Amino acid sequence: MGVTVRVTVNGQEREAEVEPRTLLVHFLRETLGLTGTKIGCDTSQCGACVVNLDGNTVKSCTCLAVQVDGSTVTTIEGLSEDQNLHAVQEAFWNNHGLQCGYCTSGMIMASVELLKRNPRPSAAEVRDGLEGNICRCTGYHNIVKAVMAAADALGG
Amino acid sequence: MTNRIFGSGIRRREDPRLITGQASYTDDIKLTNMAYAAILRSPHAHARIVDIDTSKAKIAPGVVAVYTGSDTEGKLNPIPCAWVPPDSDVKTVDYLSIAKDTVRYSGEAVAVVVAEDRYQAEDALELIEVNYSPLTAVVTSDDAMADGAPQLHEDAPNNQAFHWVASGGDTDAAFATAEVIVKDTIIQQRLIPNAMEPRSAVASYLPAMGELTLWNSTQNPHIARFLCSLVTDIPEHKIRVIAPEVGGGFGAKIPLYPWEMITVFCSMQLGRPVKWTETRTENYVSTTHGRDHIEHVEMAANKDGKITGVRGLVYAGMGAYLSTAGPGIPTILHGLMYSGPYDIPNIKADIYGVFTNTTPVEAYRGAGRPEATFLLDRLIEMLARELDIDPVDIRRKNLIPKFEDGHDVAIGLTYDSGDYEKTLDVALGHVDYQGLRNQQAHELEHGRYMGIGVTCYCELCGLGPSQVAGAVGFGGGLWESATVRFYATGKVNVFVGTSPHGQGEETTFAQIVSDEIGVPVDDIEVIHGDTDNTPMGWGTYGSRTTVVGGGAVVLSTRKIRDKAKTIAAHLLEAAEADIEYEDGKFFVRGTPDQSKTIQDVALMANVAWNMPEGIEPGLEATTYYDPPNFSYPFGTHIAVVTVDPDNGHIDLVRYVAVDDCGPQINPMIVEGQVHGGVAQGVGQALWEGAMYDNNGQLLTGSMMDYPLPHAHQLPDIEVLSTVTPSPHNPLGVKGIGETGTIASTITVYNAVLDALRPLGVTKLNMPLSPEKIWRAIHHQS
Repeated sequence: MGVTVRVTVNGQEREAEVEPRTLLVHFLRETLGLTGTKIGCDTSQCGACVVNLDGNTVKSCTCLAVQVDGSTVTTIEGLSEDQNLHAVQEAFWNNHGLQCGYCTSGMIMASVELLKRNPRPSAAEVRDGLEGNICRCTGYHNIVKAVMAAADALGG
Repeated sequence: MTNRIFGSGIRRREDPRLITGQASYTDDIKLTNMAYAAILRSPHAHARIVDIDTSKAKIAPGVVAVYTGSDTEGKLNPIPCAWVPPDSDVKTVDYLSIAKDTVRYSGEAVAVVVAEDRYQAEDALELIEVNYSPLTAVVTSDDAMADGAPQLHEDAPNNQAFHWVASGGDTDAAFATAEVIVKDTIIQQRLIPNAMEPRSAVASYLPAMGELTLWNSTQNPHIARFLCSLVTDIPEHKIRVIAPEVGGGFGAKIPLYPWEMITVFCSMQLGRPVKWTETRTENYVSTTHGRDHIEHVEMAANKDGKITGVRGLVYAGMGAYLSTAGPGIPTILHGLMYSGPYDIPNIKADIYGVFTNTTPVEAYRGAGRPEATFLLDRLIEMLARELDIDPVDIRRKNLIPKFEDGHDVAIGLTYDSGDYEKTLDVALGHVDYQGLRNQQAHELEHGRYMGIGVTCYCELCGLGPSQVAGAVGFGGGLWESATVRFYATGKVNVFVGTSPHGQGEETTFAQIVSDEIGVPVDDIEVIHGDTDNTPMGWGTYGSRTTVVGGGAVVLSTRKIRDKAKTIAAHLLEAAEADIEYEDGKFFVRGTPDQSKTIQDVALMANVAWNMPEGIEPGLEATTYYDPPNFSYPFGTHIAVVTVDPDNGHIDLVRYVAVDDCGPQINPMIVEGQVHGGVAQGVGQALWEGAMYDNNGQLLTGSMMDYPLPHAHQLPDIEVLSTVTPSPHNPLGVKGIGETGTIASTITVYNAVLDALRPLGVTKLNMPLSPEKIWRAIHHQS
């Protein structure tokens, strides 16, 4: 009954046999043990499960593992290179852009993509751009600040 | 000392693991041979269970076991209610982990499936056949207390869960002689807390040892252990509760839930680890809700605007059962705060707790104090309109004047310290209040509706002391403990009984220790959340972690400093009286070049080669700190809104918070707490609200249906502060975790009503949806 899925995850070729109904987020968390990607809802509202799929952000709870066969996935664990934090991670840290940390993986992954599309966003554009991600702790104030700071750091 | 670490907005020490995905929350834990539990929940809000057939589920692929209420009977004791206010006839009805004969809310457990993986467990749930005989449900407190209402519990007539009264002065006389009375009925709508991490538990019971380890998404692992032992009869010392990374709580992770006890039961039956994690949709019906008051409130005053009395008759919906701290919220944490920051000589709070066929109600950020602040500042606003006095002037007239060491209010509390008018002045100055009013008048001339809300608040938090906890029926203590331990290398662990879950105490507690004894923060690691390696503590809620837990941390560090001074004197061959301390160094007075660092002392204390006579080896201290009083932070918040009468749309243009939590250990973290608290309070005013239909079905049962605040709906939040130390705790600090929520709901509400006043709208129920506003403007009900 299993289907073989081959995916490049955080630069590594991974292969596993999964049930066809397995969600990408469960494949990442349960099959590959990459628990940095979180599950915060079951209706695609919260964005805690956002990962990068072939250059675009997706909510990995709304995607089947079999759909990503042959694709490249980057999760929060693969965002930084050589132990150095990505500028967005650093900015979230510097600007207190997280409290409980549960939405943070998705928020950072969504912010990275947002800055790729729009390297010099206004605060309003950041707020609009993060519409698909919910944070219950920060009131978004410092998340917006962090994304703006990351834009500066990336020199967009 | 220059550049004190106490007061520095250093970035958080817990963040690296959180921004890289390396943190482990409960659902991230995977144990060898672990099975997965899924819970079948009642679709009915009120029904008899006629029979349950689990035979098909038991033979489904991967299923290990299926249990019902018959299996847990006699093996799991009822879930205890742990806050039973005295003299209030609390009906602590039995709350079974798995319902056996009757279900009383939609979401109550009727069976559990354990399977090899989660998908299999969820699949098998659909194969369980339950034959229900539906009963009439009752959803609101009003309906539940009406004659002829369906009764939830045999031993709770009229669905009354409790009746609690507190008063001070003579309210009857005050109202009988009042020159003016304003009154309102306020609906504090039911809210769903929505911590971003759903609740989760992993239970691992070792039958050979009789030992349980429970990973649990909780705000208070020590309380969870205590209550878990009462439910399971596993002796407390054989239970280890671990709160790993916890993704927010907001009160909903205080209680002990049936679901984690079911998980424990499964592990005990099977002798293997079992994990249960709720889905978000499951969270909406099975994790506790907040608020849910119907309040009949009134205020008496003189014509000059001086308030002479306030009283409230409140029906607080408690849900179908009493949650762990449920009854304490609308009573102690609400009814005792009817004076707020105002001098009011006559006060009465008359509070009924009511059972309804709904999810149980618990603390939700602010827990009782947002409701108290709301009714006070709603009534004051009405009074201002009635008397045609500026809303700011009427507040100023009634504020308690500045006090530094204790002020008694009529209801019997003694506030610690306050300078309320100062926060009002700072806030008004920051926004240029008169300028805003001028702008409002100008906008109105051009047909644009702008509103200003100003709230003064004072709240009760930093929960302790224990003697008061006992007096108000809290089923535990409210002290905290901390062990500070130096190693030979000069590095430090701080072990605490509180259990932060986003508040940043791994950073602020390290700042306290560093500030007291000169060790760099990077040499200090704060350990929390594990009952096996932290000293007993009562947990993180009620804005108490810094106040009470921080008190224990600082006192332990001071004990260390005292011992270190003795050892340093010995090593320097000087009299202890001649030793001075500064910036991590002990030296003989007048000769600072002859010194021993705290690291030198830590090495010697740990190897103990050369210790003063009678001094034990080791450099470690533990303190059990019980504060002498609550802490009472306060402030003034201002909101500016615009309302579009054509479509009812509200734009929250500006939000200013001026809060006083005493000295701030880390201002960046303080501001973050205010930002988040404000957003949640604004959420209640404008968007959030749990809605049930008449049959007790939750209509707002997912994140699609329950509108949580999003980034684009909120403005930047302008945060300012004043500093008035609390006189009674060693750091002078007050809680800050809930103030934003406590003040912001009424601030935004009053701002919207202020905008609508020229349109003749003087009353609306929350949330203030565009439709509701549009209908009110156009006089359509």
